[in-house]
Amino acid sequence: MKPTPDPVDIEVITLWDKRVRREKLGKWIIIGLVFLWFAFLVLFPLYGIFREAGEEGLKTIFSSLKTADSIHAFYLTFITTLVAVILNTVFGVIMAIVFARQKFKGKLLLESIVDMPFAISPIVAGFMFVVLFGPEGWIGSWFESMNIKILYAIPGMMIATVFITIPFVAREILPILREFGREEEEAAATLGASRWQAFWRVTLPSIKWGLAYGVTLTIARSIGEFGAVLVVSGSIINMTQTATLRIHDQFMNFNYPGAFSAALVLAVFSFVILLFIQYAYKKKGGPLL
Amino acid sequence: MSSKIRYKSPRALKPGDITLRSISFVYIGFLIILPIIAVISGMFKGGLANLWKQITLPQALFSLKLTFICALAIVVINVITGTATAWVLVRYKFPLKNLINALVDIPFAIPTVVTGIMLVLLYGPRSSIGTFLNKQGIEVIYAKPGIILALAFVTFPFVVRAVQPVLMEMDKDMEEAARTLGASRFTIFRRVVLPTLLPAILTGTALSFSRALGEFGSVVIVAGNIPFKSQVSSVYIYGEIESANTQGALGTAMVLLVSSLLILIVLNVIQRWSNKYEAHS
Repeated sequence: MKPTPDPVDIEVITLWDKRVRREKLGKWIIIGLVFLWFAFLVLFPLYGIFREAGEEGLKTIFSSLKTADSIHAFYLTFITTLVAVILNTVFGVIMAIVFARQKFKGKLLLESIVDMPFAISPIVAGFMFVVLFGPEGWIGSWFESMNIKILYAIPGMMIATVFITIPFVAREILPILREFGREEEEAAATLGASRWQAFWRVTLPSIKWGLAYGVTLTIARSIGEFGAVLVVSGSIINMTQTATLRIHDQFMNFNYPGAFSAALVLAVFSFVILLFIQYAYKKKGGPLL
Repeated sequence: MSSKIRYKSPRALKPGDITLRSISFVYIGFLIILPIIAVISGMFKGGLANLWKQITLPQALFSLKLTFICALAIVVINVITGTATAWVLVRYKFPLKNLINALVDIPFAIPTVVTGIMLVLLYGPRSSIGTFLNKQGIEVIYAKPGIILALAFVTFPFVVRAVQPVLMEMDKDMEEAARTLGASRFTIFRRVVLPTLLPAILTGTALSFSRALGEFGSVVIVAGNIPFKSQVSSVYIYGEIESANTQGALGTAMVLLVSSLLILIVLNVIQRWSNKYEAHS
């Protein structure tokens, strides 16, 4: 026989029930609002660009991508990205090792300085290099006397891209290096491994996914960098015009299909990058996804 | 046996340490410190009075005002939508959740110029939405709503991605305890959840604010370069550089530079504060 429930208990249970139901309603309202905002802010523009691709037709898109200027622009983006990735991977790893394994005065300040390119507006960053490499600048006057062109030329664009992407690799692997690896490295050293061996066999395997994540972010940012490169490049067609600069230039000259086609290529490519970002993030053991 | 073997202290410099350190110093020195010092010295070369004059030119001042107003709007928008998105993604199960979670990062992956083009395609004068809104007297492109829309897109991941991991690691025990004690959901959120999330929310917000102040690529496409209407500071600086007026660019650039340095300091303080908080609990 079932015991008769206490009427007070029943009241508490119904109150609780009501509360749970109310909470469930609240939950779906929040989900709905977030979904609406996300759809409006992110999904809708993405849909817009692919719908436009359908309207323009592949033929128009390809014909505007096939021009020599356009190919050169993508080639230049590729080269600057390559330089930024190589330099900032090598030096990013070195900086992270120095910050994680060494102690010296002013280290904290130096670490914050490495973060600066993230905080500085790309336009201001480009402007800094215009001032530095301009004909009256400290370095610019010297290069001018050597007859080497930095500003409004490819070297300047590479330097600007490298500057903008300095923090990614260093920032990503620094916490991993701090968290572990020191003991293993020391064990390797006591076993007679050289530093180089210890790096390749012990350090690198432990940081590799963090490194991959940092490199992917560097690639994404280098390809997409616009402001800093625009300022130092002068955006000379077929000379110093990267893909993003070309999109801007075409847009300003009311050549919308031209601007749109190049934008579409970069948009599609950023989905590839997104996949890499997520994969590397998962592998490095991020708390998400 | 006398202990003649001397172990190297782990703090001792290993061979190559000095080389690595020097390489880092040179890299940071040449690529970051030197350009910053160059531009700062350029700012002060003309004298403070001149700098002040450049900042307070009506057009420069308007652009700064517009930039800060839009960045503040972004702060408000991102605190609410970012926290809510992170909350929903961590706490609830619903269809398409994984897709949304993956797409949160798309603004980081997509070039800002492309963002601008996407928004013009949607809301520009050639689009059906744009024509419709124009008839209602609402301007999006080449106006403030466009700027805010572009900035909201570009900065969307910051708060979400800052709050999400903290929310995942958070213990639900305290919330459950508060719940059984009869606290309303709002009270639980305000008294239990919010204090834990606060450092992460502030970090994400500071990053959004900083990004919104400096953003150029998407804004220059969406807002164009209309003085006293839609010209933000980064676009103003670009215009001055283009017309070879370096002096005019220096003042506004300094305001942006100083703001970004201040934000970096604030971020460091938040970081230390939350580390301390973690160590205590």
